Amino acid sequence: MAKRIGIEVSLGISEAVKLANVDAIAAYPITPQTHIVEHLSELVADGELDAAFIPVESEHSAMSVCAGTAAAGARTYTATSSQGLALMNEILFIIPALRLPIVMTLANRSLSGPISIWNDHSDLMSVRDTGWISLFAENGQEAFDLTLQSFRIAEDRRVMLPINVNIDGFTLSHVIEPHEFLSQEEVDAFLPPYEPIIQLNPDKPVSMGMVGIPEIYFEAKKAQDVALIESKKVIKEVFQDFGDRFGRYYDFIEPYRAEGAEVLLLTMGSISETAMEAIDLMRDQQGKKVGLLRLRLWRPFPNEELRQLLSGVGALGVVDRAVSYAGAGAPVATEIRSALYNCESKPYIASFIAGLGGRDVTIEDFVTMADLTVEMAAKKEVHEYKMIGVRE
Amino acid sequence: MARNFSEMSWKEFDIAFMVTNPGCSAEYRTGDWRSQKPVTDKSKCIKCGICYLVCPDEAVMLAADGTYDFDYEHCKGCGICATECWTGCISMVEEEE
Repeated sequence: MAKRIGIEVSLGISEAVKLANVDAIAAYPITPQTHIVEHLSELVADGELDAAFIPVESEHSAMSVCAGTAAAGARTYTATSSQGLALMNEILFIIPALRLPIVMTLANRSLSGPISIWNDHSDLMSVRDTGWISLFAENGQEAFDLTLQSFRIAEDRRVMLPINVNIDGFTLSHVIEPHEFLSQEEVDAFLPPYEPIIQLNPDKPVSMGMVGIPEIYFEAKKAQDVALIESKKVIKEVFQDFGDRFGRYYDFIEPYRAEGAEVLLLTMGSISETAMEAIDLMRDQQGKKVGLLRLRLWRPFPNEELRQLLSGVGALGVVDRAVSYAGAGAPVATEIRSALYNCESKPYIASFIAGLGGRDVTIEDFVTMADLTVEMAAKKEVHEYKMIGVRE
Repeated sequence: MARNFSEMSWKEFDIAFMVTNPGCSAEYRTGDWRSQKPVTDKSKCIKCGICYLVCPDEAVMLAADGTYDFDYEHCKGCGICATECWTGCISMVEEEE
């Protein structure tokens, strides 16, 4: 029986990173991610984790150091949030292009301005097209499990891509939850040591990050895109193996009471837990045929899986936590509309934006969004997106 | 790279488009960029080697008689050698089409 303990989600992630026996950590403190790397620096200082902890002067440097350590063949970890992620931006593109399997926790926080330290998904959405694998955790256990699985996915020779594991800032990062930890033996059996395909080594010199003249750049981008698309196969395999070993199964999209639902809501991250409460209320007390899809894998986007799940569904309400200002929809909704546009059977898709900058998204908000989805679908209302919970 | 990379499929490159054979930049003919080429009047050359020192592309080579020749496959025709030559024995000559 696995050890079950109550611990802050941030510290649980640090313990997962320790169990993964990372070689190098470079990070800069930023709320609400700070506790993760703070605890890791303690583990290194106390001799509990044999790794290089490299303090840097900015997030741009943190990600640059990570590029160097990963290129040298070290298992590499970092964590950031919001403005820190924005400062890393330039280097974020280079990591997947160099095929460096760095694992990063992103404690999701809104971007300035106005200055906000609270939670939404605008930070991740601002780096959507950097080419990283993006996973979402809903609770502490998932954050712990996904962190460990991420190292194995990222370092698989068929993948060799970086992963960001998203946890909602404060609502997840700073809460104390029960976790089932894995033992070092269990983790060692699940996660083999990192063996890079090519690494920086003076005995066998290579050049990484070369110029891509017009005769090469396009081919390089094609290869990178195919690698990200094909990583889905390995992600699925690792999810399966993790479940078989430890009894906790993950999937790209996880339905909740979706059978026979006439209307579905779709969420990412910790608000999914509130959404499940709302579904229970609507199903059990209000007699509404409502279900939920929780999107775990944001990149590579699970196009085919969504098409299958949504075939025959009447209406879908997508709950986004970021704005694409004056766009055709909120980020997740736009993606799903695109994925389904050419399908014969597809639901009406309502796009909602809720919970910006740490605004609570309540059970009542989810009921409102489910009802609105039904109403809008009946009227076939053409719209871009609606903001829910903002004072008019 | 054994083959001309402009003919290669995206599937044929090393992972992350790394370069695994050091020094292979010599295979890339930067001399094709040139519009003017340096030509030496060797009767005026004092064998000082300043052209060899200032060339940013290592396209100046020591000849057997102590003067210097140009590697026209890699010389981009920047003209720094002609500007710096003490005796003015290097002149930049228009390339023919």
